[in-house]
Amino acid sequence: MKNDEFEPKILAFCCHYCAYAAADLAGTMRIQYPPNVRIVRTPCTGRLETEYFLKAFENGADGVLVAGCLEGGCHFTNGNLYARKRVDSMRQMLEEMGLEKERLRMVNVSASMARPLADLILDMVETVRKLGPSPLGKNSRKHRLETAS
Amino acid sequence: MIVAERKKIPELLNIVRAHKKVLVLGCGTCVTVCLAGGEREVGIISSALRIASRLQGLDLTVEELTIERQCDNVFIEQAADAIERNDAVLSLGCGAGVQAIAERYRNKPVYAGLDTTFIGILEEQGVWTEKCAACGSCVLHEYGGICPVTRCAKRMLNGPCGGSCEDRCEVRPDVPCAWQLIYTRLKEIGQLDRLRKIAPPKNWNRSLDGGQRIVVRQDHRI
Repeated sequence: MKNDEFEPKILAFCCHYCAYAAADLAGTMRIQYPPNVRIVRTPCTGRLETEYFLKAFENGADGVLVAGCLEGGCHFTNGNLYARKRVDSMRQMLEEMGLEKERLRMVNVSASMARPLADLILDMVETVRKLGPSPLGKNSRKHRLETAS
Repeated sequence: MIVAERKKIPELLNIVRAHKKVLVLGCGTCVTVCLAGGEREVGIISSALRIASRLQGLDLTVEELTIERQCDNVFIEQAADAIERNDAVLSLGCGAGVQAIAERYRNKPVYAGLDTTFIGILEEQGVWTEKCAACGSCVLHEYGGICPVTRCAKRMLNGPCGGSCEDRCEVRPDVPCAWQLIYTRLKEIGQLDRLRKIAPPKNWNRSLDGGQRIVVRQDHRI
């Protein structure tokens, strides 16, 4: 499979108060964004445990996007700042494991930023598309060779 | 409490790479509080090992378990079945926990997943500091409750050394001079006269130099 045929599967954890509402607004405004993302609504990005990111990769996600409120705009004051630190620490751990850290990214949007969110999702999809399929997923070369034989 | 830090994933993978089934065993006491080897860290490290091993083409199965205390027989027994069905144990306990497991399961390789660092306290969220070197003969009563053995870089019992700058340590400017802290504290509690006394050389026989230390309480033996 060439990279241009590869459709990344990206898990997006979206905060209920901003990114999820922005994604909803994008739908209302008929703004298109790639269908590669599977959105999981979370009460706040600060609620996310680092294990969730690892579990997503373990189960074959090609990328994980964490979308929280703008810095200073968290409904729970600091949740998105905590999430940023956790994402940064997990990016380091991904490198330790031998996985590209670019597969995990945090972005900040407000509920009204439907267009910027669509652009951020597009950028994430293109980044992961360039990286290629996750070596842990069903699209990986290793997995395809194993199932073909 | 005992403070520890996790080893890096490549090092952990090298430790267990010879095995096919590994139990990652957490401890619910000190290392849970210092966020190094509790139930949550067992989950994270196990996931990371699964991912790293698959990336390297290794056939590794990782099981997760956390017991209340790895240095206590009553709790260790609860891990017996899980230890039995795995080829090796990667203990996320402190050094005492690792050895306690290894001594009780003599046919199983038991490896340390953490670097046990020191006896200390939670200073603030996410920051732990060393407070005790377990030297075996405590002198805290002489120094206003501030330990010169642990907190003075030169372990001086008759300080300060003369190298401290303002209230900072000469060796490590990011930490306060222990002797400045001792002076301030003794002044606060009206015991500055303690500093007039010259402390004799400390008895280090009770420290780590003589090999493993053992405490025996005859009145509690049965």
